[in-house]
Amino acid sequence: MTDELFVVEDLTVTLPTSRGPVDVVKDVSFTVGRDDTLGIVGESGSGKSMTALAVLGLLPPGARTSGSVRLDGRELLGQSEGELRSVRGNAISMVFQDPLSSLNPYYTVGLQIEEGYRAHRGGSKRAARQVAIEAMERVRIPDAARRVDDYPHQFSGGQRQRIMIAMALCCSPSLLIADEPTTALDVTVQAQILELLAELQTQTGTGLIFITHDLAVISSIARRVLVMCAGDPVEYGTAEQVFSDPRHEYTRTLLDAVPRIDDEVML
Amino acid sequence: MTRYVIGRLGGVVVILLAVCLFTYLIFFKLSPDPAVMICGKTCTPDRIDSIRDVLGLNQPLLTQFWEFLRGIVAGRDYGTVHCSAPCLGYSFQTNESVWNMLTTRLPVSITVAVGAAVLWLLAGVAGGLISAIKQGTWWDRSAMALALTGVSVPNYVLALVLQYVLVVKLQVLPFPAAPAFADNPVLWFESYLMPWTVLAVGYACLYARLTRANVIDTLAENFLRTARAKGLSRPLILRRHALRPALTPITTIFGMDFAGLLGGALITETVFGLNGIGKLAADSIAKNDQPVIMAVTLLAAFFVVVGNVVVDLVYTALDPRVRVTSS
Repeated sequence: MTDELFVVEDLTVTLPTSRGPVDVVKDVSFTVGRDDTLGIVGESGSGKSMTALAVLGLLPPGARTSGSVRLDGRELLGQSEGELRSVRGNAISMVFQDPLSSLNPYYTVGLQIEEGYRAHRGGSKRAARQVAIEAMERVRIPDAARRVDDYPHQFSGGQRQRIMIAMALCCSPSLLIADEPTTALDVTVQAQILELLAELQTQTGTGLIFITHDLAVISSIARRVLVMCAGDPVEYGTAEQVFSDPRHEYTRTLLDAVPRIDDEVML
Repeated sequence: MTRYVIGRLGGVVVILLAVCLFTYLIFFKLSPDPAVMICGKTCTPDRIDSIRDVLGLNQPLLTQFWEFLRGIVAGRDYGTVHCSAPCLGYSFQTNESVWNMLTTRLPVSITVAVGAAVLWLLAGVAGGLISAIKQGTWWDRSAMALALTGVSVPNYVLALVLQYVLVVKLQVLPFPAAPAFADNPVLWFESYLMPWTVLAVGYACLYARLTRANVIDTLAENFLRTARAKGLSRPLILRRHALRPALTPITTIFGMDFAGLLGGALITETVFGLNGIGKLAADSIAKNDQPVIMAVTLLAAFFVVVGNVVVDLVYTALDPRVRVTSS
């Protein structure tokens, strides 16, 4: 058993709607150890992303949270904006679904990596630039020293996501939250990104929370799995348990929805 | 990039030629006979003929148009009078060189346009920005209600109300006299303050609404979420990640509005009695002074067309996505 880096207990997120407050995440609990990977699965709207955003205090205005979120024993929920800012991109980083819209089209990727680094570590522009180039090399962007001055639209979809990962890892976070990082990419690129994440995790020992609706991806990357449905945590256990012996009806439905090569097809 | 600029300038020339041709046709061919107009009350058929001859009105239309164009580039002769390039002819009313009329009045219009633009950019963009950041608060609501009112008030109403209140009743400002800046800077500033304000109000309100909408849209962008997730401070996120994407489209609109104003603020200049291009246009239309109408129209077209190119070039510099594909 790995030691517990990140603990979430009874996390509940309530969003205001025109029909009154709605609990979009209900009593979610999980832990992530160092060098550990937790997969959070569920269909769209099941509260996966809200869980991730709540951890960093990035919820939309008016959202309320309760429960406990601890990183290395330090409570994050209910902290001041300033406290949270020192955690975001530093101890906990996040990679988002659509890399093109997640990067600012007006600035070079270099600047966008540098600014996060400088916000937490300070230092000169030149030093930060060197960090950015190294980060881009680490995610295997070819010719990084030159491409650091290119704009997001000059990269392919897979490269953009690599840059998002470089950006997330430049402050050596202890926890990385990847929110559907491969959903917007085609299958071969998807595989490369997963491989890269796994490799970087082995190098750095970063804890990883991988959010996806894709069970195949989860089974290849996660050690533990949390299944969510309409904000409820319906199943939580090791990947092996959840996939081979699903306890909950919803997990079985999800597993049955995966197309198999030996399925009979009606033509 | 150089090729792009040259191509665009070539386009400018073509458009200006087309504007020239249409304006020429409309004002010289469809309005009353210039010779009769110049001739005045004590007119004889002989005198009309000689005027026609001097103006070249007996020649075919295309020859006349060609002479007009040639006059702009190389100057031309009207009988014994030589009109040096750029020659736009002489006013039917005052016999003054049209080119001179333009050049003496243009500085006034430029002063009006620049002053108003500074005011409306400062007020409009700042107001819209604050509204966007304080979206939904009483500040936002009242600022936007004010902006809607401001857009709806016609220029001349505002001009007359301001004049009545500030000049006649409170006597805090002199009636606009528009002296040269060097002669009396204080009076110069006081004279232009009202025209600037009147002209700026409508634009400022429009820009405030535009800025607010753009900033709110940008704040909902995914890259703003990324910026927050990176742990950047709120002022840096606003300044760097929200403002530039939000304000870049406004430069386009600003360029067009400003270029339009350089061609003369007709109502404002007329109401305040400022001798700018706008007032010249109003006067020449009222008196059917065709060479002046023609010149004023061409000047306005020139500013709009050139303004358009400048806007495109500036946009290319501001938005990297456009920059790379165009070079």
